[in-house]
Amino acid sequence: MIAVLLERIGLALVTLLIIAVTVFFALELMPGDACTVHLGRGATDTMLAACRARMGLDQPPLWRFAAWAGDILHGDLGVSMQRERPIVDIVGWRLRNTLILAAVTATIGIPLALGLGVLAGLKPDGPLDMAISGIAIFAMTVPEFISGTLMILVFSVILGWAAGVVTIGYKAPALDLVRASMLPAATLVFILAAHILRMVRASVIEVMQSDFVQMARLKGVPQRRIIWHHVVPNALLPAISVIGLTMAWLLGGVVIVESVFNYPGLGRLAVDAVADQDLPLVQAIALLFGLIYVLTNLGADLLALALNPRLRTRRG
Amino acid sequence: MTAPSPRLMVENLQIGGAGFLVVDRVSFTLGPGESLGIAGESGSGKSTLLLSLMGMMRQGLLHVGGSVRLDGRPMLGQSDAALEPVRGGKIALVPQNPATALNPSRRIGAQIDEALQLHSTLTRIDRAARVLDLLGRVRLPEPAIAARRFPHELSGGQVQRAAIAMALAGEPDMLLLDEPTTGLDVTTQAALLDLLVDLRHRDRVGMVCVSHDLGVLARLCDRIAVMYAGAMVEEGPLVPVLTHPGHPYTRALVASIPRIGAAGLPLPIDGNPPSLFHLPTGCRFAPRCALVQDACRTTRPDLELLDPDRKVACLRPMTIPAPVTRPSDAAFAIGAPILAVKDLSVGYAQQNMFGKTTPRQVVEAVSFTVQKGEVLGLVGESGSGKSTILRAIAGLAHPGSGSMSLTRDGETRVLAASSTERSLAQLRSIQLIFQNPDASLNPRHRVLDLLAQPLLLYGKVARSQLRAKAAGLLAEVRLGAATLDRMPAQLSGGERQRVAIARAFAAEPDLLLCDEITTALDVSVQAAVLELIRELARKHDVAAIFVSHDLAVVRAIADRIAVLRSGRIVEIGPAGDLCERPVDDYTQSLIASILRIPA
Repeated sequence: MIAVLLERIGLALVTLLIIAVTVFFALELMPGDACTVHLGRGATDTMLAACRARMGLDQPPLWRFAAWAGDILHGDLGVSMQRERPIVDIVGWRLRNTLILAAVTATIGIPLALGLGVLAGLKPDGPLDMAISGIAIFAMTVPEFISGTLMILVFSVILGWAAGVVTIGYKAPALDLVRASMLPAATLVFILAAHILRMVRASVIEVMQSDFVQMARLKGVPQRRIIWHHVVPNALLPAISVIGLTMAWLLGGVVIVESVFNYPGLGRLAVDAVADQDLPLVQAIALLFGLIYVLTNLGADLLALALNPRLRTRRG
Repeated sequence: MTAPSPRLMVENLQIGGAGFLVVDRVSFTLGPGESLGIAGESGSGKSTLLLSLMGMMRQGLLHVGGSVRLDGRPMLGQSDAALEPVRGGKIALVPQNPATALNPSRRIGAQIDEALQLHSTLTRIDRAARVLDLLGRVRLPEPAIAARRFPHELSGGQVQRAAIAMALAGEPDMLLLDEPTTGLDVTTQAALLDLLVDLRHRDRVGMVCVSHDLGVLARLCDRIAVMYAGAMVEEGPLVPVLTHPGHPYTRALVASIPRIGAAGLPLPIDGNPPSLFHLPTGCRFAPRCALVQDACRTTRPDLELLDPDRKVACLRPMTIPAPVTRPSDAAFAIGAPILAVKDLSVGYAQQNMFGKTTPRQVVEAVSFTVQKGEVLGLVGESGSGKSTILRAIAGLAHPGSGSMSLTRDGETRVLAASSTERSLAQLRSIQLIFQNPDASLNPRHRVLDLLAQPLLLYGKVARSQLRAKAAGLLAEVRLGAATLDRMPAQLSGGERQRVAIARAFAAEPDLLLCDEITTALDVSVQAAVLELIRELARKHDVAAIFVSHDLAVVRAIADRIAVLRSGRIVEIGPAGDLCERPVDDYTQSLIASILRIPA
């Protein structure tokens, strides 16, 4: 058990290191560097040399990677070129905002998905399953920018329930952001729930046909109790890792959804940073996304480990 | 004194689907404390019948006709909700495979407690005590600990006991047992059957037990019903039915069972059971029956009284003793040794929770030789190391110490530990046949492709002669040349195992390693496979090592037997001597726990 725990955590650390190396050297491979981008066409060789000396860009790449990685371990993400401020200050608030959006999405989306998935799986191919699965497949195939735009059209333009575009600043109080995140979160829930409920449905169908569910029926266990005590706990176990994967996968969706709704989160910042060619900022955001991805999956793995007795305790 | 009124009444029961019946016109009654065994080979409909007694239909099957009544109350055509108080309360099932029939994420105690919640009025505290009481009653050591365990944390025998405890929780009058001891070691099986017999006599629980193993039924039941292709062919008191069968199928089934007390091979039943979609118009057993007459092919016999207590579905029933075994062939003359194993030890590295490895010894200092043309049987319970020895000889397990040597054409050479270090000639001369042909035959290859591989690799057969050569191999295992173009999935289990045997003989080996090769087969098919191995080994002068957990099977085929316990040979000797006059205590207890069929 402890060995498995350490192994998973070790693997997560290795993955993070690989992400850091990839992010750093991918940008290194690009023609030019932060100084050529920052100073533009009019830069002279002396200006470039001075800039590179100031930024430490004249050092060999491996040395700079070590310095960059060392700074990150101390909580220093570097300095933004365009904004000329420490990246930590810029990223911190946006990270909070994105986490708020993710939390709202997960709080609504996961229970919704589990519930609908179980409902669909209990009577496969029944009318309820047809409706739920049909909508889910639609949600999975429509890209975020279309479903987001549709949300704005329906809930903002036609019904007028919520503002279509988020207008508050990135330092707004958390509660205001929760309120502002409703439409973007709904867009994300739409997709997230679709993926998870398809998985839960398949899992419920499988468990319903298992020997132990038949055995429960032969024991005289009422249907309701069979569902709650025998089907649901066993069907949700495999869903945990899918939830982890889907949540992590959602980060890609965040970039688009935040842009569509003008939500002041990490995703929109990433788009801005790329547009501004602010390379140190892009590096930092890419690394943060990687960190969130790895942590989410690690969390899902550990949760699955904790809840599944077959993984938790071994015979012998 | 009048006979007790029957509790369970089955009348003309028919279960099936579009155009076929899995259970056809089955009738019987069962009173309190009575026990009925249902025998039959796979596909005979016995498990479907058992489930229907609880008002449950297998997926895709429908109740077509007839009725099942428990205490006068109909069990079929009822909703699950209506049957809730009956299921588990009046009638309970002990499942075939308890490892999958128990909820993997709930503790044993909680699952037994659930049955108590549903079928008793006990308070929470009383229920907890009752759970421990039940676990103690099925003789699980340390009930308090067992109750806290998850199913995967118990051994096969322990889970089966827990499943029995769960079935007993509702204090049912009727217990249904579906192959209750399949997959258990003989000593565990014997203990479990003692427990069930005790329950029956003490609590007057009625029992219906389904099993392919007549020994299990003989231990547990007073009456027996024999099923063939969905219908009952014979029903009556167990001892006379098995000693003087009235139906030719019963007689053939009894004769196909290997006996520990008799030398020689059991008798196979020719042919295959009919497809349920294309049943013969007359008697269903007619195409395989030795005593068939013209009338049998046109008239379907009903189950009729043969004597006041026995019913047989045959046009010319008779009660003659079943032939026991075929007289054994000429005594084996010891030839030159072909394989010598000396001080063989095999261990596995076992990882503990901190990643530390500790060696675990599976085989310890085992020595034996195998002579040319001899069949050596290796017998032992699960974990005794018998399969590991076989894998070591095949070069698939890495021995820790010891040596092996193989003699071919008068030349003795050391046998390298790993198959990758052996010469092609050595690889060719040792061939392995696995337990499960479903897993050992590539499902995407035609039979021809399967046989072509060893022919091309070892035999250097020209491609133009491949088909003829492969057809010749199939003929030796009594399969037609049409089988060459079939896929493994299109063959029956027995036919698949024959293909696996043909594949082994394609290499023209000197030594055949057989790893539980009949365990997955029905008894009548097992008898045919044993006969085949024996015949081919004699014909081609091939030696064989035959591994099995079943001493009776090994006695039927082996010249000499080695008994293994915890990785050591405790006794080795000629088959007849070892079975009739065992010297070692363990061998004696092993033979004592073998279930005997009345003869």
